[in-house]
Amino acid sequence: MSATDSTHEAEPTRRDFIHIMAGAATVVGVAGVAVPLIDQMNPDASVLALSTKEVDLSSLEVGQAIKVMWQGKPVFIRRRTAEEIRTVEATPISDLKDPVARNDNLSGKFDAEDKNRVIKPEYIVVVGVCTHLGCVPLGTSQGEVRGDFGGWFCPCHGSHYDNSGRIRKGPAPQNLEVPKYIFATDTTIRIG
Amino acid sequence: MNHPSTYKPGTAFERWLDRRLPIIRFGADFMDFPTPKNLNYWWTFGAILAVCLVIQIITGIVLAMHYTPEKNLAFNSVEHIMRDVNYGWLMRYVHANGASMFFLAVYIHMFRGLYYGSYKEPREMVWILGVVIFLLMMATAFMGYVLPWGQMSFWGATVITNFFTAFPVVGDPIKTLLLGGPAVDNATLNRFFSLHYLLPFAIFGVVAIHIWAFHTSGNNNPTGVEVKDVKKDTVPFHPYYTVKDGFAIAVFLLLFAAFVFFNPNGLGHPDNYKPADPLVTPPHIVPEWYFLPFYAILRAITFNIGPITSKLGGVIAMFSSIIVLFILPWLDTSKVRSMRYRPVAKLWFVLFVIACVWLGYLGGQPAEGVFVIQAQIATAYYFAFFLVILPLLGVFEKTNPLPKSIADSVLNNDKRGAATPIAQAAE
Repeated sequence: MSATDSTHEAEPTRRDFIHIMAGAATVVGVAGVAVPLIDQMNPDASVLALSTKEVDLSSLEVGQAIKVMWQGKPVFIRRRTAEEIRTVEATPISDLKDPVARNDNLSGKFDAEDKNRVIKPEYIVVVGVCTHLGCVPLGTSQGEVRGDFGGWFCPCHGSHYDNSGRIRKGPAPQNLEVPKYIFATDTTIRIG
Repeated sequence: MNHPSTYKPGTAFERWLDRRLPIIRFGADFMDFPTPKNLNYWWTFGAILAVCLVIQIITGIVLAMHYTPEKNLAFNSVEHIMRDVNYGWLMRYVHANGASMFFLAVYIHMFRGLYYGSYKEPREMVWILGVVIFLLMMATAFMGYVLPWGQMSFWGATVITNFFTAFPVVGDPIKTLLLGGPAVDNATLNRFFSLHYLLPFAIFGVVAIHIWAFHTSGNNNPTGVEVKDVKKDTVPFHPYYTVKDGFAIAVFLLLFAAFVFFNPNGLGHPDNYKPADPLVTPPHIVPEWYFLPFYAILRAITFNIGPITSKLGGVIAMFSSIIVLFILPWLDTSKVRSMRYRPVAKLWFVLFVIACVWLGYLGGQPAEGVFVIQAQIATAYYFAFFLVILPLLGVFEKTNPLPKSIADSVLNNDKRGAATPIAQAAE
């Protein structure tokens, strides 16, 4: 082959081949060491084991809301009044800053109509972490400010959420996330 | 070290050691380093910073003997240091205020480098390594502030790690990787403690090569004129600058002690004396004072730019405000180093310092109304200074004549600038 290839410079030697092989083996070795060293920083088994949580909603009255911890984050559960349900269902999509459902129970693209944000319209379940920079919005406990749209209000940078957990005003870019959950019984939900 | 060695081993032991491990020679030559004879007090901040680093490492090691990095114990272990450990209050207050003093000194040191053109050829590496040290300092200070596990610790960590979620696709996995879980928790506290202990030694290493770099290029000096005659223009570092630096360090430590003993919590936030509560966000999350200018830049971007949301835009602006420092040596096109001889640049520089201080003030105010507009103006000026003003001034500015040499500027320096007519007359 080299006899016919006049532009070809000196044929690679066995030493060149060894250099390349040694270099390649080193790269593979470094990568093999790097993977466990970096992956150890990811959530460990004990953290992942806490990934589901059952919540009993039987004592939750209409108009009340509670805050539960799930995966180290607060989850807001509000039993909405008929009036509140009517208001959020009547909100046109064009009024929403973020028109995407952000519901982990739905796969695919859904718009942020209230029916795409709940399983039973009576209960709205959202992760209580502001989508701006991660503060916990106010409005769950009695007497807290609920913002201009009656849902939740983040005091850090002034984001207002409605009773469907949708961002309506302020710097937050997205609606409050709806976590994956199911109704285990009529009045118990399992989050995660 | 690029100056010829002046060390003469005096004793038989020194001669024996010098052939095997020339460590005394290294130290002697280091102290004998020829240093421009005209360095003013702005140049003492390098030594002050070295002292700050040593104070932080020593008090930090002591604190780590009594501190517990576990989410249920951390807050109480800090109170235990304050109340039970002998002199624990002193160690903690020195460490906490030491961080503030460290940043105060580093900001003065950086403004000095900016004013006298210490980043220019051939000192680009000195400057770049300095910016690396600054970044490491910011990471260290941020993680240290999380350790007491108070409300500001917890929510500061939450807000800052949430910056990363602004980046599409990779943002969320990076955040989870940093935190070790879906939210700030025990795993986060543990790793922050580990890294907070590690990074100061990394800083120490980069400081060593920072010094190596300017011992290769030689110190800059207030005239920005290079050393031409080592005999006439320089003096040995010891005793001339050990004494001057020593005096400045003593004065600086007076200020330091004033904070530690008379207002130890003056620069802190009262909310951090409440234990961390993941369910309650404090009404105003404010970073420590030394991060406020960058926080103001982050919050100044309240508008979307095309596909870039305001959140991502703010994060990009904040990171860019430091990245721009890395390319500063190539942005400033002026041939003259020191702004002492740059009458126009000097004015823009003063405005720049004002903009930085003003951003610091705005970072502590609520992000609404007039404060947002002011932060936007100051942010725009911050970037314009580096990206527009410095590149253009190098072309359009008429600079004043430089002194012929450092010795010349010193000998004729009855009035500042008196060197100018003489230098001209000599031509």
